[in-house]
Amino acid sequence: MDTLARIPQLLVYGVISGSILSLGGIGISLTYSILGFANFAHGDIMALGAYITLGVLTLLGGWGLTNTNFGPLSFGIGFILALVISMGLTAAAVVLIDRVLFKRLRRTGSIILMMSSIGVALGLRNILQFFWGPQPHYYVQGIQLATQIPALGIRVKPDQIFIVGTAVLLVILLHGFLQYTKIGKAMRATADNMDLSRVTGINTDRVILWTWVIGAALATAAGALAGVENKFITPELGWQMLLSIFASVVLGGLGNIYGAILGGMVIGISEEVSTAFVSTGYKPAIAFIIMILMLLVKPTGLLGKRR
Amino acid sequence: MDTLIGIINYVVFFAITAGTYGILALGLNIQWGYTGLFNIGIAGFYALGAYATALVSGPPPSAWDGRIFGGFELPFLAGLLAAIVVCGIVAFLIGIPTLRLRSDYLAIATIGIAETIRLVLKNESWLTNGVWGLQQIPSPFYDPIHGGVKAFLGNHPDLPGWIHSLFSKAYNWFYLFLVLAILFVLYLIIERLVHSPWGRVLKAIREDEDAVAMSGKNTFSFKLQAFVLGAMIMGIGGGLYAYYARFISPSSFKPLYGTFLVWVMLILGGSGNNKGAILGSFVVWGIWAGTDFLTEYFPFSATQAASLRVIIIGVLLQVILLWRPQGLLQRERKPSKTL
Repeated sequence: MDTLARIPQLLVYGVISGSILSLGGIGISLTYSILGFANFAHGDIMALGAYITLGVLTLLGGWGLTNTNFGPLSFGIGFILALVISMGLTAAAVVLIDRVLFKRLRRTGSIILMMSSIGVALGLRNILQFFWGPQPHYYVQGIQLATQIPALGIRVKPDQIFIVGTAVLLVILLHGFLQYTKIGKAMRATADNMDLSRVTGINTDRVILWTWVIGAALATAAGALAGVENKFITPELGWQMLLSIFASVVLGGLGNIYGAILGGMVIGISEEVSTAFVSTGYKPAIAFIIMILMLLVKPTGLLGKRR
Repeated sequence: MDTLIGIINYVVFFAITAGTYGILALGLNIQWGYTGLFNIGIAGFYALGAYATALVSGPPPSAWDGRIFGGFELPFLAGLLAAIVVCGIVAFLIGIPTLRLRSDYLAIATIGIAETIRLVLKNESWLTNGVWGLQQIPSPFYDPIHGGVKAFLGNHPDLPGWIHSLFSKAYNWFYLFLVLAILFVLYLIIERLVHSPWGRVLKAIREDEDAVAMSGKNTFSFKLQAFVLGAMIMGIGGGLYAYYARFISPSSFKPLYGTFLVWVMLILGGSGNNKGAILGSFVVWGIWAGTDFLTEYFPFSATQAASLRVIIIGVLLQVILLWRPQGLLQRERKPSKTL
């Protein structure tokens, strides 16, 4: 097909992959702004969430809840329920990791935390590989046909609309949480200035707890939705997306969650559109080059204000 | 006797690898231990050094090779020089946009460059032969040493059998000597550098960059120099690997595992201490190789055993960070001998 004629379709793919990158990026941005370190384990938290979703789905299936087609979707209500439960379970696991490791390392400085997170990343990935093996696993078997939208010259699957819809819903919920709830406001204050918030009586420990819970829940959604889009999950799922996610977070402005969403969309679309011109294998490199250009022009990112 | 010879051969092989890792750890020590630069793209520079060496020293493309470039069959030192130059240039280019920023940006950028290098090695077949890799990289002085020993043993069939089997791998002994000699020379150079006024600036940047900038030093320039120097040393490590392995492909350089091992080596040995960096390489490589034997006794599949080894090293890192962050050997307290 002619390169230009493929662009609308690639834009659609870009929005889908951008939704997933955004959900992953929000967690990295939150932990960066509140805890002050780049969490390299975030990609593998996504993979953990995707596998816990698979585990819960299998359990639900065992209890008689079938995962047959829900409307036009390739999966059923079982998957959606499993995803919601898994968001909670993954958050609990991540809070446990924080209590055992990150909490104790917090006073030693951000670089030590970053290093520890790399260890956690490899640990999580290999725990998944130990129990599930390196081979792909599937939420549902079979393929789904795409629906043609001739007016726009694009094809879309119902599953892909579900992915974007879920991402939009989660972002709206997060926005409401941060703007209108007391703990959400406390989180924004803590991100601005941890010491000052503590002086004004904000329980920063609780803020940190919520940071991990929200980051892990959204990471779970990102991991499981990536599984829906790719049709399979492997232990490397999160690691393969980590560079693109970091690029989107830096592009939007490290520590700014709205920047993470914008950056995720820009990176997602750029990566997909780039496949019209260069080999698909170079997607992460495209994200990386965009990030380096951004750092050269404006290191604080598209929406960042202070350094 | 055969077991003993087997053990000797294994120890030689073990020490060659640990020594190569020691060179990588020395490179990282300049960046992290002395200057506080967080580089998690070690595997990228290692691979880059190996490929640069292989392309300069290896044979020209054969009929069934996908590549159309490289293979100048230049001698050993030219290969290492190529590794040094290429790694230095890449580190320079990556340092410019990131070294002015917080350390998190450098970390993200180094992981990005490592991934990009891996993608280029895999996809650019005209240069790297893609997934098939580069073959027949000539080990230095292989023919005179291996051939000489073989000829000598051939002329003396009356010697006992164990001497024959002991000396059949004499080339590895030579290579071990070569690696350790290079490791030692690098150690001496780096020790000299970090105790010079230049090295004191690096250590001061590590402790308090703003204070150094206030006293009129261009901290960005010093950080860039340290980053480039460290990457060049990592390139030497890659070159030595290529000459020893004689075959390299993208799958020889697992993106994060190599980097992670070197980090654990440096932190366990003691960052900011060159003896610690070398000690850590041998200890951690010992643990890594030891767990290879250990997992044979458990009913795990090969992939499970591989995962378990990484988990063990991961736990080891957390244990060090929590309970002995300074490592086995602490860094020197005194900034200068004259103080």
